[in-house]
Amino acid sequence: MLGLVPVILGYVPLTLAMASAAMVLALVLAVALAVERVFRVPILDQLVLLFISFFRGTPLLVQLFLFYYGLPQVLSFLTAIDGVTAAIMGLTLHFAAYMAETIRAAIIGVDRSQWEAAQSIGMTQGQMMRRVILPQAARVAAPTLVNYFIDMIKGTSLAFTLGVTEMMGAAQKEAAGSFLYFEAFLVVAVIYWIMVEGLSQAQKALEIRLNKAYAR
Amino acid sequence: MIRIEGLTKRFGGTAVLNAIDLEIAKGERVVVIGPSGTGKSTLLRCINFLDRPDAGRITVGDISVDATRASRADILALRRATAFVFQNYGLFAHRTAQENIMEALITVQKRPRAEAEAQARRILKEIGLADKADSYPASLSGGQQQRVGIGRAMAIGAQLMLFDEPTSALDPEWVGEVLDLMRSVAAQGQTMLIVTHEMRFAREIADRVIFMEGGRIVEQGPPAQIFDAPQDPRLQRFLARVSA
Ligand SMILES: Nc1ncnc2c1ncn2[C@@H]1O[C@H](COP(=O)(O)OP(=O)(O)OP(=O)(O)O)[C@@H](O)[C@H]1O
Ligand SMILES: [Mg+2]
Repeated sequence: MLGLVPVILGYVPLTLAMASAAMVLALVLAVALAVERVFRVPILDQLVLLFISFFRGTPLLVQLFLFYYGLPQVLSFLTAIDGVTAAIMGLTLHFAAYMAETIRAAIIGVDRSQWEAAQSIGMTQGQMMRRVILPQAARVAAPTLVNYFIDMIKGTSLAFTLGVTEMMGAAQKEAAGSFLYFEAFLVVAVIYWIMVEGLSQAQKALEIRLNKAYAR
Repeated sequence: MIRIEGLTKRFGGTAVLNAIDLEIAKGERVVVIGPSGTGKSTLLRCINFLDRPDAGRITVGDISVDATRASRADILALRRATAFVFQNYGLFAHRTAQENIMEALITVQKRPRAEAEAQARRILKEIGLADKADSYPASLSGGQQQRVGIGRAMAIGAQLMLFDEPTSALDPEWVGEVLDLMRSVAAQGQTMLIVTHEMRFAREIADRVIFMEGGRIVEQGPPAQIFDAPQDPRLQRFLARVSA
């Protein structure tokens, strides 16, 4: 059984790479969606609402299948996309929808005095968002966003269903050869568990750091 | 010179500012007094476009903005020529005292960081908070926070500084130090428009006192005239009430 550990551990970088790439992309998209939701650009606002509603209203697995197996039948240029890319894209879109709502709530929660102070010194809207509002919203949103990152790491296991050999795929292959199903999947579970615990610790440290300015 | 013509603001049908006309000379200190809800804050906020006026023209130096067709660029230009000191300080909570003072210099005026830092340190010394440069607002007393708020306004080099009840949110023990700082700002020749309930301070610092009621300027004149020989019965009643 111990022989399984290094084999499956070898796929940890792939898991982290998929989750990290999706996290970065989802954050960028989510901030854009959230800012749009705050300023409510006509027409665009309806599209954003539709996007968020769809990606929150359907299961991630269904979305992944729809995009990886379904969409290329309609849009042939998508056939070139491999499973890893499709998984990253699916995770990005799905979690961006959730994160946008978190970030929007955090933006709206920034005290009115902060918006007015930024305006009064002559900042443009872009400067106000970048320099004053988003940094303060980030502090409020950060713990929740880390939770989504944790969900994303676990979500990468769904890439297995798109034919990607990640930790689950590797465990499946190892188990098929040795019949050590329980052991193989236990190793996978424990590795996920350790990664998530590590992140939870990092989350606590991050919270303390972000609250530094607010300590009396 | 600052000129306000026909400044009008309505909130849901009721006129809070009724075609206000006001001229302020360079270096002049004008204090606005009046009962609660008469539009004193709204007047200041409209000059800074924190509230958008419904009509009127605001001229600050070379910048002249017609409220009915003010573009984004007009509004920014006007805001950059004026500075606002808020009742509840409005310091950027995620920035230190020094960063608060530097923010407009770096982000808005695009000055080199070294220059902005040097100026922020000069101002910190002036407001008596050189030792608090790296403190965040939450760790400062109310009086210290408001001094940083005034320091932030000083950094802008505005042609007009607007004060909306700068001491009203303060514990009594901190009022004196903020008024002292305002005196020293005044001594530098800064043009100031101040809303305050501190009548003694108003009498002392003002070149001219304006009494507002119901969105109108009811009476104005030098402090001695307004406080010692008020003409309008509304002003007489108001003064009797605040001195009681
Ligand atoms: N955003 C707003 N929406 C609706 N009504 C408003 C708004 N801001 C102010 N008002 C109303 O406009 C009137 C004038 O308000 P303003 O704050 O200018 O008075 P003020 O003279 O500064 O009073 P105070 O001495 O209490 O600060 C008040 O009746 C107030 O309720
Ligand atoms: Mg007021």
